[in-house]
Amino acid sequence: METIVDLRDVVAVLGQFPALAGASLTVLRGEIVLLQGPNGAGKTSLLRVCAGLLPVVRGHAVVLGHDLTVDRSGVRAKVGLLGHTNGLYPELSVRDNVQFWGTTVGASSGEIDAALDRLGLSLRLADVQVGRLSAGQKRRTALACLVARRAVLWLLDEPHAGLDAEGRDELDAVLRQAAASGATVLVASHELERAGALAHRTVQVIAGQVHEVEQ
Amino acid sequence: MSTTANTASTDVPPAVPTSNAADLTQPSGAPPSAKKTRRRTSGTGTRATRVLGISSLIGLVWLVAFGLAFSPADYLQKQAVRIMYIHVPGAWLAFLAFGVTALCSGVYLSKPGRSLIWDRFAGASAEIGVVFMAVTLVTGSLWGRLTWGVYWQWDALLTTTAFMFVTYIGYIAVRNLGGTPQARAKRSAVLGLVAALEIPLVHFSVNWWRTLHQKATITPGGDTKIGGLMLFSLMIGVVVFTMIYAWLLIHRQRVLAMRDAVEAHGLDRALEERRHEGAPR
Amino acid sequence: MNTWNVAKLVAAKDLRIEARSRVITNQVLPFAAIAMVMFAFALDNENDALLVQVAPGLIWLATLFSLLILVQRSFAIETADGAIDALRVAGIDPGGIFLGKAAALAAQLVALETILIGAAVLLYHTEIRLGGVVLLVTTVLAATCGLAFVGTLYGGLAAGIKGRETLLPLLLLPVVAPVLIGATRALEAAFGTGKAVLADGWPWLGLLITFAAAFGVVGVLAFGPLLDE
Repeated sequence: METIVDLRDVVAVLGQFPALAGASLTVLRGEIVLLQGPNGAGKTSLLRVCAGLLPVVRGHAVVLGHDLTVDRSGVRAKVGLLGHTNGLYPELSVRDNVQFWGTTVGASSGEIDAALDRLGLSLRLADVQVGRLSAGQKRRTALACLVARRAVLWLLDEPHAGLDAEGRDELDAVLRQAAASGATVLVASHELERAGALAHRTVQVIAGQVHEVEQ
Repeated sequence: MSTTANTASTDVPPAVPTSNAADLTQPSGAPPSAKKTRRRTSGTGTRATRVLGISSLIGLVWLVAFGLAFSPADYLQKQAVRIMYIHVPGAWLAFLAFGVTALCSGVYLSKPGRSLIWDRFAGASAEIGVVFMAVTLVTGSLWGRLTWGVYWQWDALLTTTAFMFVTYIGYIAVRNLGGTPQARAKRSAVLGLVAALEIPLVHFSVNWWRTLHQKATITPGGDTKIGGLMLFSLMIGVVVFTMIYAWLLIHRQRVLAMRDAVEAHGLDRALEERRHEGAPR
Repeated sequence: MNTWNVAKLVAAKDLRIEARSRVITNQVLPFAAIAMVMFAFALDNENDALLVQVAPGLIWLATLFSLLILVQRSFAIETADGAIDALRVAGIDPGGIFLGKAAALAAQLVALETILIGAAVLLYHTEIRLGGVVLLVTTVLAATCGLAFVGTLYGGLAAGIKGRETLLPLLLLPVVAPVLIGATRALEAAFGTGKAVLADGWPWLGLLITFAAAFGVVGVLAFGPLLDE
């Protein structure tokens, strides 16, 4: 199996604070890996390092074949990060947002429609302004943008937060489908039961380090 | 996992993890040779800088002697001409310093390694430049009061100087905004280069504006005939100020390097604490 | 996607957002108009000759103050919901983002300047000469490009840093001084203000074009390192 994420003893800082204090993690293609752990343990920082956003201060970090200690820009086009913010433009409609991100990779209008469809946004919601949506609908729109952008490594930070039961099922279905079609998914989540059922593997993030959980 | 090893090392005095981590800082930290120099001497001085500092001091005594005593008073400006011996070298120095900032910014951005030493030189040089530009502006306006009768003239050189002063105050403000040293370095390097592009454009447009609208532009010291001894005193001023600049620049760069090193040391301790907090379970 | 397509995409997105939110029509234009009225209060609105004399400079001063608001707005839409992070992650060509945002800013500035020149005609009794129209239009376009490039460059520099609201004017105003000087002189020549003749305006237009070209090139090159932190 191809290694998608290969982190060894990674240190990353937020200002003076070492958010990651020697974190090691290996993820293979097609895996859905759950990151669990208390707030402030470094889950978000781990995802941001994988996305090439947070610099690696020390250690070894290769994601999708790109050495992040040398170049953090190469990995970005292939990675989709969904953090605490959705990265949407609230004045634009759902379709406009998905189209904007899809166009950056040259997605056709058929692909845009398919992305909207997959998250149940194609019917009455497509032409609504994102600012008027509920939190769960915004999250679905953000996921549709990831689908349209053809990201192969999905980094999701608390994706279930703010979703209703139906939305959560849809999300899980989208993630399974993405993994089945060759994408790799890292999910940071508090909702252990839910995400645990979804994930192939669970790791614990504690005090800026990653610990494997005995299955 | 690596946790067991880390838990063990928390009991050891901090000196061990520091040297341990110093190897790991390589790509982002200062070159190792600089580190050794710093460790050998307790301050930022070395023999070379001490020689430079002492000769600057001797030069300063010379400058005072020539500027205030040996050089003659001007026929027109009388004793006021003596301001020239700090005003002109100060202006030269500020321009030199900002030039060095732009140069180091360019080197920082163009070298693939992006060594932070260039960023520190750029920042140190801009700080010194701003101080000497302030000296230039104050002495210039005092001199202007004595020779022109006003503190401020809308002279092209003077206006450009004021713009440079404000621009580099902005540059230093951006440097102090925080973030990682790398982010700071990148941001300020771009700004250092843009400022170097801005200054000629400002100078050109102001110059053009003045010459088109008002023919009689007074250049500072324009009506002064510079005699041999005055010129010699002025040259002493330029040389001494340049020596002081070099001395300040080297020391300031080392202080900034030490500050970065202190932060790196703080990181080692913070790392230990962070690992410790997660270990006992 | 190549640089131009990214630029078109980003510009269309920014303009569409402005069309929906109407910040420029509802907030920036009224601000600029009231500034023109306040200038007349500060000077002497009994004295028509004085207002005609200073009108070109006041048009550009009002433009510069509005530019500060427009630049902050241009980057507020990117930082509001973390879209700037998404742009970074997406690996989109930063030069294209720069050109696109600058183009959207330029379109808004042109609309603003048109209104301001109209206000000068209305409030200050500025007269537009037929012979000066070509110089007037080219000056407005060249100055706008320069302002849009510098504004986007410094807006990108300040985006995502705490304290940018107070820092932006300090950084931006000294840089745009050549535009204020050049565009004011060129507009005086176009309007025939005072003793200005039309031929005096062209060299200033040259300065404005040089300024725009210099900062356009620097912006395309520098925007990548600036966005990437």
